[in-house]
Amino acid sequence: MLDEIIIAGFGGQGILLMGRLIAHAGMLEGKHVAWMPSYGPEMRGGTANCTVIISSEEVASPVVPNPLSLIAMNLPSLDKFEPLVEKGGTIIVNQSLISRNIYRDDVEVVKVPANDIANELGNLRVANMVALGSYIAKSKSVKMQTVFEALEQTLGKGSEKIIELNKEALKRGEKIIIG
Amino acid sequence: MEERLLMKGNEAIGEAAIHAGCRYYFGYPITPQSELIAYMAKRLLKIKGATFIQAESEIAAINMVYGASAAGGRVMTSSSSPGISLKQEGISYLACAELPCVIVNIMRGGPGLGSIQPAQGDYFQATKGGGHGDYHLIVFAPSSVQELVDLTIRAFSLADKYRNPAMILGDGLLGQMMEPVQFKEFDEKNIPSKEDWALGSSHGRKPRRIVPFDLDPNELEKIVNKLGQKYQDMQKEVEYEVVNIDNPDIVIVAYGSIARIVKTTIQKAKQEGINIGLVRPITLYPFPYAAIEEVANKVDKFLVTEMSLGQMVEDVKLAVKGKSQVSFYGRTGGVVISPIEILQEVKKLLD
Repeated sequence: MLDEIIIAGFGGQGILLMGRLIAHAGMLEGKHVAWMPSYGPEMRGGTANCTVIISSEEVASPVVPNPLSLIAMNLPSLDKFEPLVEKGGTIIVNQSLISRNIYRDDVEVVKVPANDIANELGNLRVANMVALGSYIAKSKSVKMQTVFEALEQTLGKGSEKIIELNKEALKRGEKIIIG
Repeated sequence: MEERLLMKGNEAIGEAAIHAGCRYYFGYPITPQSELIAYMAKRLLKIKGATFIQAESEIAAINMVYGASAAGGRVMTSSSSPGISLKQEGISYLACAELPCVIVNIMRGGPGLGSIQPAQGDYFQATKGGGHGDYHLIVFAPSSVQELVDLTIRAFSLADKYRNPAMILGDGLLGQMMEPVQFKEFDEKNIPSKEDWALGSSHGRKPRRIVPFDLDPNELEKIVNKLGQKYQDMQKEVEYEVVNIDNPDIVIVAYGSIARIVKTTIQKAKQEGINIGLVRPITLYPFPYAAIEEVANKVDKFLVTEMSLGQMVEDVKLAVKGKSQVSFYGRTGGVVISPIEILQEVKKLLD
């Protein structure tokens, strides 16, 4: 089992947390994982991205030039990473913020209206969890239940309301794939 | 089995240091290692008797390390390339005064203020002394977050054993990435007593002094020769990893994060029928000269890859003693080498 994922979007969209949850869930399932953020001045208000590797084998390079999966939360991210996705890979697109079509015809595309669903749930900030839910359901790289556990361990006690909202958002994202 | 925790490299170094009994930390923030100083602030201030100081400069911090070490404390400082340059005078003093400590360098692009992205341009500085005078640091080159933990703990132990500063030489990639880590049980009883040399109350004994000089040339020569003997003794602490070394077409020598990237190159090459071996020095000082020479007896092509213009390649050439052809491939400025670039370089050399 191997997935190499790049997650990209605006700073503030919760990009790094999405990656951390996949890595954390993978760890809880006993898999090998690595998480690598972009860092630097571009993070302040600009674009943010991170790479996650989740594998049944030991992780070699933590740097991934050609990811198997891409979660693009905004247009600049799609423009930057679409050409790099491995042939036969998957692109999860935040349809709420990206109106253009995908140029590639050799990858699978999943369109998720992440911001619209988050707005329906009453909090735009969980758009990241909607997209993450779709990714988890599509890739099956980790179980949704484990992501819930990772979420609880990451946010901790006293955040029950936020955890519930995030779980709801994850489930809505999952529903787009499994119906 | 110990619990697995998902930790950022920088924070894992901090936790490992505390785990190994480090109770004194002095530093000044700089990207890409600032999470380490932040972590030490958060953790040490809650431990009774521990001291954390964000110093006014790197120079002040390294001299505080001198003081804490002279008083017998387990002490650490950390920085990134330009900040480590500022510390060099103090590091030379620590070496002369034979004071143990751990210095962490999470390298970034240089020279000068350079960039904040990962690089390996401080190899010469770390392994050949760095400051003035005849001395060496014990230098570790971790290549995973788990190794950052294990080698930080080992660095404290060897620093005490040889009464010499030890360095963790990582880079921005290792400092920023997260991986699962485990902390093995550590017994603080294993920390050697420093009562026979450290400063403190001289009540009931002769006063001591710990100074980094002797104005009598004959006396200073004795001190330097003693250091020289110590560096000879340290050679037995050499550590390295070899991968796929039975009958490879070519052997790559790489350390730290680049060695990880080379492992992906090895996998990709295998699919194309190319057999690549890897020698990964885990200690950069002492350097695994003998292990590399042994490989050179069987393999006639070496490639050294570094995020620099070529520094470790000089030690590899010394090790190989002209028995094999040694080539170099590097990127600088904070550009991380990709596994595919390395594979292309290998193909060129095998043509």
